Amino acid sequence: MNVPAAWYLILAAGLFGIGAFGLLTRRSALIMFMCIELMLNAVNLTFVTFSRTLNDISGQAIVFFVMVVAAAEVTVGLGIVVSVFRRRSSTSVDELSEMKG
Amino acid sequence: MIASVFVYSNANVLVFATSALLILAGAIGVISVKNPVHAALCLIMTLFGVAVAFVAQSADFLAAVQIIVYAGAIVVLFLFVIMFLGVDRREHIHFEPLVGQRAFAAVGVAITVGGLIALMARSHWVSGATSVTTKLSKVGGGNVKELGTAVFTTYLFAFEATAALLIIAVVGAVLLARRERPTHGEESA
Repeated sequence: MNVPAAWYLILAAGLFGIGAFGLLTRRSALIMFMCIELMLNAVNLTFVTFSRTLNDISGQAIVFFVMVVAAAEVTVGLGIVVSVFRRRSSTSVDELSEMKG
Repeated sequence: MIASVFVYSNANVLVFATSALLILAGAIGVISVKNPVHAALCLIMTLFGVAVAFVAQSADFLAAVQIIVYAGAIVVLFLFVIMFLGVDRREHIHFEPLVGQRAFAAVGVAITVGGLIALMARSHWVSGATSVTTKLSKVGGGNVKELGTAVFTTYLFAFEATAALLIIAVVGAVLLARRERPTHGEESA
């Protein structure tokens, strides 16, 4: 018998929390993207756990789509990081403050 | 919950412990190491742990995609950008530009995660109708056939939309990362 779904859900909540903490505290845009990947993976793990528990394939299908969107997001995001780095020679998000009111 | 460990088979508990260790150690590494290259390698560890958790819950296809797409493509893209920009210098991680930022972030995350777990623990962890669309295959079997059927019938429109999304992402990335050429090149031609 497999371990209960609650264990995986707690694990996913912990992973999401770690990713959110990193996103809020780190200042390098690259590390922030990695933290977003951590949060997306936590949600994927939750979807697969619910899919197993509810005996329904839809959770796994949604994880498939989340992975596609994550790949597209990273591609565009890293393009933006490269573009910003060309102008400022830095990936720190604290230095992008021209639009401060 | 601790006492109920012995109810479940030891192999499943061992697999869960392994995946949990990989996931949490990698995640803490991502947010705590100074060098971005090390952070990317820690991210690979977390992604492997999630793939182990997928296999343990009979999502074989997603585990393979997890390794190929995430560890094989996305992390390589991260490493490529890190090397390309030369930002593998160490970040001053103890410097805190906003006073109290860490504390506020920790409190907010703790409230969110704690509230989430408390909410789930007070009610049923999983509730709702079972097998609304398609059932999973029998225990132990992979779900590739069911997943393919679901993606190409129920979610066909979303699948086609992801194709358009990927094309848009590729065009956008090329446009953003393109080096701007000086305009006087056309005059001399």
